[in-house]
Amino acid sequence: MDAVGILPLDVLGGVILLWLVLGLFGLVLQNTPHLISSIIFPLGAIAALVVAGTGLWALGAAPSIAVLPLGLPDLPLHLRLDPLAAFFLILLGGASFGVSLFSAGYFRSMAGGMLALLCLEYHLFLASMALILVADDAYMFMVAWESMALSSYFLVTTDHAIPDIRKAGFLYLLVAHVGAISILLCFGVMQGGHGIGAYTFAAMREAHLSPFWSSIAFLLALFGFGAKAGVLPLHVWLPEAYPAAPSPVAALLSGVLLKTAIYGILRITFDLLATQLWWWGVLALALGLITAVFGVMFAAVQGDMKRLLAYSSIENAGLLLVGIGLTVIFHVYGKDALAALSLTAALYHCLNHAFFKSLLFIGTGSILHATGERNMGRLGGLIRKMPWAAALMLVGVLSISGLPPFNGFVSEWLLLQAFLLSPGLPNSYINMLIPVAAAVIALAAALAAYVMVKFYGIIFLGQHREKALEQAHDAGIWERIGLTWLAIVCVVLGLAPVFVVQHLDQVTRMLLGHGLGNAAAGWLFLAPVDIERASYSPVIFLSAVLGVMLMTALGVHRFYHGRLRRGPAWNCGFPVQNARMQDTAEGFGQPIRRIFEPFFRIESELPSAFDTHPRYHGRSDDRIWFALYLPIKSLTEKLSSRASLLQHGRIHLYLTYTFATLVVLLAFV
Amino acid sequence: MSIPFTTQIINLLASILLLIAFAMLSQRRILSLIKLFAWQGLALSASTFVVAYSTAQHHLYYSAALTLLLKVLILPWLLHRLIHKLNVKWDVETLINIPTTMLVGIVLVIFAFNLAAPISQLSESITRGLIGIALASVLLSLLMMITRRKAVPQVVGFLAMENGLFFAATSATHGMPLVVELGIALDVLVGTFIFGIFFFQLRETFDSLDITHMEKLKDD
Repeated sequence: MDAVGILPLDVLGGVILLWLVLGLFGLVLQNTPHLISSIIFPLGAIAALVVAGTGLWALGAAPSIAVLPLGLPDLPLHLRLDPLAAFFLILLGGASFGVSLFSAGYFRSMAGGMLALLCLEYHLFLASMALILVADDAYMFMVAWESMALSSYFLVTTDHAIPDIRKAGFLYLLVAHVGAISILLCFGVMQGGHGIGAYTFAAMREAHLSPFWSSIAFLLALFGFGAKAGVLPLHVWLPEAYPAAPSPVAALLSGVLLKTAIYGILRITFDLLATQLWWWGVLALALGLITAVFGVMFAAVQGDMKRLLAYSSIENAGLLLVGIGLTVIFHVYGKDALAALSLTAALYHCLNHAFFKSLLFIGTGSILHATGERNMGRLGGLIRKMPWAAALMLVGVLSISGLPPFNGFVSEWLLLQAFLLSPGLPNSYINMLIPVAAAVIALAAALAAYVMVKFYGIIFLGQHREKALEQAHDAGIWERIGLTWLAIVCVVLGLAPVFVVQHLDQVTRMLLGHGLGNAAAGWLFLAPVDIERASYSPVIFLSAVLGVMLMTALGVHRFYHGRLRRGPAWNCGFPVQNARMQDTAEGFGQPIRRIFEPFFRIESELPSAFDTHPRYHGRSDDRIWFALYLPIKSLTEKLSSRASLLQHGRIHLYLTYTFATLVVLLAFV
Repeated sequence: MSIPFTTQIINLLASILLLIAFAMLSQRRILSLIKLFAWQGLALSASTFVVAYSTAQHHLYYSAALTLLLKVLILPWLLHRLIHKLNVKWDVETLINIPTTMLVGIVLVIFAFNLAAPISQLSESITRGLIGIALASVLLSLLMMITRRKAVPQVVGFLAMENGLFFAATSATHGMPLVVELGIALDVLVGTFIFGIFFFQLRETFDSLDITHMEKLKDD
């Protein structure tokens, strides 16, 4: 394959350059916005597909390395494309292909100047994410990481005329920078004072840190990347920033950016740090479980569809962290087959989440375009107005709920297998913890399905809750193509787990030195441990389901045909049915709110029974915001008001400060 | 102990530099201030030239020429033009009266010499003992920036401070690498341009170049 001498890394470099050029072209074309949406975005999408192809190519190839002649003097930039990076490139390319195509339609109505800037930042965002994945030194990594943070900040604040969106953007930027500082410190610890050459990842792999410093590095990485992934208690920005961002951007934030954080944790924990400690795994597991349950609980009580998906992203980040924690535990105790299984599950879930969450987010974009409404309480019955969007989003909803034969089921099943098949580990506490953790995962998965029933049911089923919905139109052609691509990938990932798991083997082999081995029993059955214990064949499952459906349809057709009677459904005593009688988003979430009441900070006003214009008002807030963030905020304000005593506005006094400092330093140092 | 002729000249130039620094501190008129600044630049350029000659370092010739060009010709011309355009030839107002400033200046010089004494002992170069002067002129320029109320003299103070630093560099270490010097020269030039723009903005906003008006910009 290398006969021509072209390495995957070269192709990737070309694509990254192409993205940057496309972004600049967008600026040039700002007077012809229709060209940006109908040429630049589709071209960017094709580039994304090339990235995915390159990733697939590099997954089987040997790691390729490049040193760029760019950068500071004596600090060249290093790139490296290994299976781990390749896997995430597939994810990036595949998901952004669909999102870019969707964007081509979605941003059609935007004004030229704004669209040009958005186009630039959008492609810069994609390019910087690709660079993060192939960075092979701390310097390159941080540069790409910061470009990603900044470009995504500008994307989030696209509608910056709205004050709430500016606030959300600020919160995002703040958390992103706190996280970036932590990552920088983490690299500092791993560089370990070995001089200027030690900033490359290659040198970090060689530096054998003491367990203490390794732990510090791991904790810093967990904090820094956790802030991007939305791990508790650093999740507060997600439910603000995701709804603020335009839908395709939210799709990329949740689908891809969140995965770069997971990539960072994997890279540092398994690749750069030579040894792992068992309690890291326990910490990650515990944090992941709390995050997952918290996320899904809050998702259940949301009324805004994008906020709901944002909380669901927090849940999925939690699940990913659980998979990583479990991998660390198994790896430390030498159960490499199980470690490979749980890592495979985590990676598989990364891939799945990238596709189904992007699908759902851009789906909300279509709904937003069609109705101008984000609040689910004002939607309803859209399945009749938007059949395309409804059908394609159903695929995403079924996937995220973890129903077979869709992709969400495979990764959750693998994760639960890893939990259930764990034999006695040498640590009895962990042995007791793991079944509990498995139960919590099951709870989160079930609640996620509940949330999705709410999401889909309230938006698409029933009757229109507002008159204006009569005018809703279906997604445009570009939007349909984007949605269809993501839906197809979801189905394929669900139907071909054997193929995917075989490819993931390259990654687990690289990180753990151990693959899942012969995970498949034939091409039909996925059997991660032993065909005797557990196996799964989505194709057979699907055939069975289709078979039953076909038989039923035939049966109905044969025996009932002609005697069909159409009458009002379920009108037990109600001669009139209107939209106000339907279950609302609030009402659907109510049981969860009651069950988990202590976790929410609930404000609600109930109208009195004699009120002629009854109004109901309810809010469920995050306790963490009030318990952790507001105190930090008031402390910061107090400190800065102290510091502002120094600010007089008089240059002479400032110069006197400088002068005094200089004299004191000269005299005493 | 006989001191070589070149060193004597350098010592002379250094004392001129310090004297001019004091003169600037006491000068009330902006135009004279700029003239003094040009003379200080000339002294600096000459001393750099002599150091270059006595130590036979070619790159110091370049930096002497650069100093001459930039600090004696271009910057004073720029400042003149600026003053002309802004029409601010009036007297300089000081915050502290001039005799007090001079007394503080003398204290600073003693402080600087005292401080530089141990460093000069270590220095092997022919120009040792001049570090004190350089340090003193830096501190004096800073003092000038503090005590002036108007923006233009502050900029002159800033440029004079750079002169002191430059003198320290040539006298103590026989000059910085040429790249660094070029960089600094460019910085000073750009800095002056920025100050110029800033002056116009200041006048447009407050109708005066008095920087005490900038107290209003404070965030409450």
